[in-house]
Amino acid sequence: MAIVRVSGPKVREALERMAGSVPEPRRAVLRAVTHPSTGEVLDQALVLFFAGPASFTGEDVVELHLHGGRAVVAAVIGALGALDGLRLAEPGEFTRRAFDAGQLDLAEAEGLADLVQAETEMQRRQALSQAGGVLSRVYEGWRARLIRARAMIEAELDFADEDDVPAGVSDRAFAEMGAVAGEIRAELAPGGAGERLREGAEIVLLGAPNSGKSTLLNAIAGRDVAIVTDEPGTTRDLLEVRLDLGGYPATMVDTAGIRETESRVEREGVRRARARASGADIVVLLADGLDAASALPAPDGAELLRVRTKADLIDSSAERDSVRTRFDHTLSALTGAGVPEFLADLSARVASRLGSGEPQMITRNRHRVALEACAAALDAAQASRGAGPEIVAEELRRASDALGRVTGRVDVEDVLGAIFGEFCIGK
Amino acid sequence: MIERTDVIVVGGGHAGVEAAAAAARMGARTVLVTLSQATIGAMSCNPAIGGLGKGHLVREVDALDGIMGRAADKAGIQFRVLNRRKGPAVRGPRAQADRKLYAAAVQGALAETAGLTVVEGEVDDLIVEGGQVAGVRLVSGAEIRCAAVVITTGTFLRGLIHMGERTIPAGRIGEKPSVGLSQTFEGLGLALGRLKTGTPPRLDGRTIDWAALDMQDGDVPPEPFSTLTAEIAQPQVQCGITRTTPATHAIIRENLARSPLYSGQIESRGPRYCPSIEDKIVKFGDREGHQIFLEPEGLDVDTVYPNGISTSLPEEVQLAIVHSIPGLERAVITRPGYAIEYDHVDPRELTPGLEVRKLAGLFLAGQINGTTGYEEASAQGIVAGINAARKAGGGEPVIVDRASGYVGVMIDDLVTKGVTEPYRMFTSRAEYRLSLRADNGDQRLTPLGIAAGVVGRERREAFAAKMAAMDSARERLETLSVTPNEAARHGIELNRDGARRRAYDLLSYPGIDIARLMPIWPELAAIPARIAAQIEVEAQYAVYLDRQDSDIEAFRKDEGIALPADLDYDSVSGLSNELRDKLVRIRPGNLGQASRIEGMTPAALGLLLSRAKRPKVA
Ligand SMILES: Nc1nc2c(ncn2[C@@H]2O[C@H](COP(=O)(O)OP(=O)(O)OP(=O)(O)O)[C@@H](O)[C@H]2O)c(=O)[nH]1
Ligand SMILES: [Mg+2]
Repeated sequence: MAIVRVSGPKVREALERMAGSVPEPRRAVLRAVTHPSTGEVLDQALVLFFAGPASFTGEDVVELHLHGGRAVVAAVIGALGALDGLRLAEPGEFTRRAFDAGQLDLAEAEGLADLVQAETEMQRRQALSQAGGVLSRVYEGWRARLIRARAMIEAELDFADEDDVPAGVSDRAFAEMGAVAGEIRAELAPGGAGERLREGAEIVLLGAPNSGKSTLLNAIAGRDVAIVTDEPGTTRDLLEVRLDLGGYPATMVDTAGIRETESRVEREGVRRARARASGADIVVLLADGLDAASALPAPDGAELLRVRTKADLIDSSAERDSVRTRFDHTLSALTGAGVPEFLADLSARVASRLGSGEPQMITRNRHRVALEACAAALDAAQASRGAGPEIVAEELRRASDALGRVTGRVDVEDVLGAIFGEFCIGK
Repeated sequence: MIERTDVIVVGGGHAGVEAAAAAARMGARTVLVTLSQATIGAMSCNPAIGGLGKGHLVREVDALDGIMGRAADKAGIQFRVLNRRKGPAVRGPRAQADRKLYAAAVQGALAETAGLTVVEGEVDDLIVEGGQVAGVRLVSGAEIRCAAVVITTGTFLRGLIHMGERTIPAGRIGEKPSVGLSQTFEGLGLALGRLKTGTPPRLDGRTIDWAALDMQDGDVPPEPFSTLTAEIAQPQVQCGITRTTPATHAIIRENLARSPLYSGQIESRGPRYCPSIEDKIVKFGDREGHQIFLEPEGLDVDTVYPNGISTSLPEEVQLAIVHSIPGLERAVITRPGYAIEYDHVDPRELTPGLEVRKLAGLFLAGQINGTTGYEEASAQGIVAGINAARKAGGGEPVIVDRASGYVGVMIDDLVTKGVTEPYRMFTSRAEYRLSLRADNGDQRLTPLGIAAGVVGRERREAFAAKMAAMDSARERLETLSVTPNEAARHGIELNRDGARRRAYDLLSYPGIDIARLMPIWPELAAIPARIAAQIEVEAQYAVYLDRQDSDIEAFRKDEGIALPADLDYDSVSGLSNELRDKLVRIRPGNLGQASRIEGMTPAALGLLLSRAKRPKVA
């Protein structure tokens, strides 16, 4: 179950359009929540209305207790967001409104802070985990380039008369602005990487040929997804299975066994395996012997789980002990031993990566708004070239503030650091 | 000997002078204690006032009726507005000053300040009673009682000069360091840090081959700092410009091991923006040369300040460096350059009013807070002086916020973020840079100064007259209007949509100033030049200023939500330990300041909100 809270002067209107009418205050009623334009029923929800000022924020507030899964929550939030005058709350905004209305009480503030904390932490993690860290590297790249562009413009403003900043640096800055704005737009465009973000976590199985990857995938999927043979190099391409891990969506990917090989097809398979692993949230390294797993290169960014397969073949207790110290899990896909423990661990890791509650759609929405603002400010910066460098700098400051909402604040110190790293400033 | 007063200011540097004069203008009986009356107003580093960012601070000090701007106007021998070709928001007035004239102007201003007494002596310790400052004890044993003390002892705290392998404990060259106060601060449990700064050798101007150098003139006419200065009276001089050469760089590289900066003798952090010549060569040695300005230190003295070769290499190496520079082949060094290390107090120990949180009635200003520069010192001095007088009079502190002035930006940065290198003002530090301009310092701060009681009658009247002139000019420009066709007859091409444009709006078009509009409206000639110039700036930035105004409104809303000074952060559950430690250390005065603490989260701000005081409804 999920609770969606809406606060503000448009609450009544939203209720009329999506839940038929405004229910009596402080009395939970069951209503069909419908899409305001299509009329499609999205969920049967418990609706609880609080009339302002006798509410948490002092404004009209409604709580929608939704019963459907993540898709339903996303649909309801999407429908609300489509209504004029409604938007996603900023982190902490409910608390702030309550304070402004003189309504904030300590216990509520603390409860809400936990939520906000979880939410923002989750967004941070999601930003990192979406597209397996690829996205965060892209964002960080933009941030660094924006800081550099700002540094070049600011250097001309703060140090121009000292002959330390060579003429023409601003040309580089403008080229950078254009490039970053273009990349952001491409990311946001339909079909851009930002659109293709998948829901949930990605788990990649990696190991030497014959280590038992395909067998494990089949066991977990409960059906024969992958071909299993005792011939090393059976799997050549990537195979995906959608899983529900403790309520979180996940994709598990079977890959070709990693080895040096002459076969062109298999070599391509190995390349794809590595590439997929480098963007994964969690990489499961499988080995059916002691050394094999440690020999594999561990991709950075992803969480690593070392798994010893074919536990049924381990016969000495000495070996069992030494295995335990080197692997996170020992399991047999054949007998099923150790698989539930492995799945439980995997679920816990996915849960902590994805956090609780908020559908990624919201995060994506916030990112989209911030990125659009950033690109718009970059356009404005370029357009104001004729208006003077201080205006360009002002627009760039806005651009980095916007991007900072996704990547973490850009401080003047970052800009100054870039200036002093680049130019020999000062007398 | 005075036994009792309201405010005592310790130190006669740029911070001390403004603090003492401001406290006295506020009506507090004030005593300025300095080691030597003769060094009051001394410029211990380069003989110049203002510059980018710094010029803004001078104008703000002037707006609060401070001394620096007027003294620089009296002593200035070359005025130049930096960034003149860029927008008005980033222009920085600067002047070379005659050292002797500057000190004389400062000392003269102090002598004219009613209620201010200068006492020569060295402060050894503070007198503390009931957890409050109650006075100072001098090394001579004498005691002076007071309600508030402002300490502005600059680099004198455990100062240590480095010149090659030699080290000399000293405050400035030739003046002894102050050790007693360092101990006093330690006794109070204040966190201290150590910083480094440097100065170049001084040259005998008669031994410089000026004819071989490029020379630079100041602006004609020179633009004064102070709104009360009608015109600059001193004769204006030129500066020379030269450069280091590959030979210079070779000498430095050869002798690097003898530089205390690179031998390990100095460990503290120097500023990144004012590197020693050693640093420049090590970090940017691939450059063919580094520019040096040769700045005369006065009209009737021969010393020249070579701006750009700050160094702590041994004397004989300094001489070799100087001789490798074109025009300086035969130059004589009158005083070698040096580096100085000194203690400073972690400014996070201070309130935004510059009072030490651990000891009521004690204020700190200037380099002791980890800043560098005369202007940074002055600006803090004036705020500390105002607040010391307030303290003595039982009033609430006066705080300049980030949206009102560079001084507010600086103090907020200091008390919220602390320092890791000597803090210098840059225009990029001001997020409301387009609003905080050198040209409107008076409009931003004089009303605040008047309300605080620190502005004298002369300025009050001049300001009121200027505001009246601005208002009437603005009104005139907003009532006059023209159609695109009419405008076209005067050569001003507008979009021919038939809509009338106000004269004021036309000023935001590129290339259109009031003079350009005079053919349409000859009566605009009546607007005085200074007023016209400022209105043109406002009109030019109008769109951005509107946008900044709404940002500022949101900013002020958060600044208005006060956090109790005695908030028990341990009782706020849900804060991370790291944030809790920072909050306890910094004790933000309001929600806005808290939000600027590094690592602050929306969740933590929500928790702080629950403990905040609701803003007073205006
Ligand atoms: N005894 C035992 N045999 C297993 C187990 N898991 C896999 N095997 C066997 O090991 C062999 C290889 O299994 P696969 O799952 O195809 O291995 P793979 O890692 O996918 O191999 P490639 O696709 O070639 O990289 C098969 O003969 C499996 O039957 C297990 O838990 N116990
Ligand atoms: Mg396989």
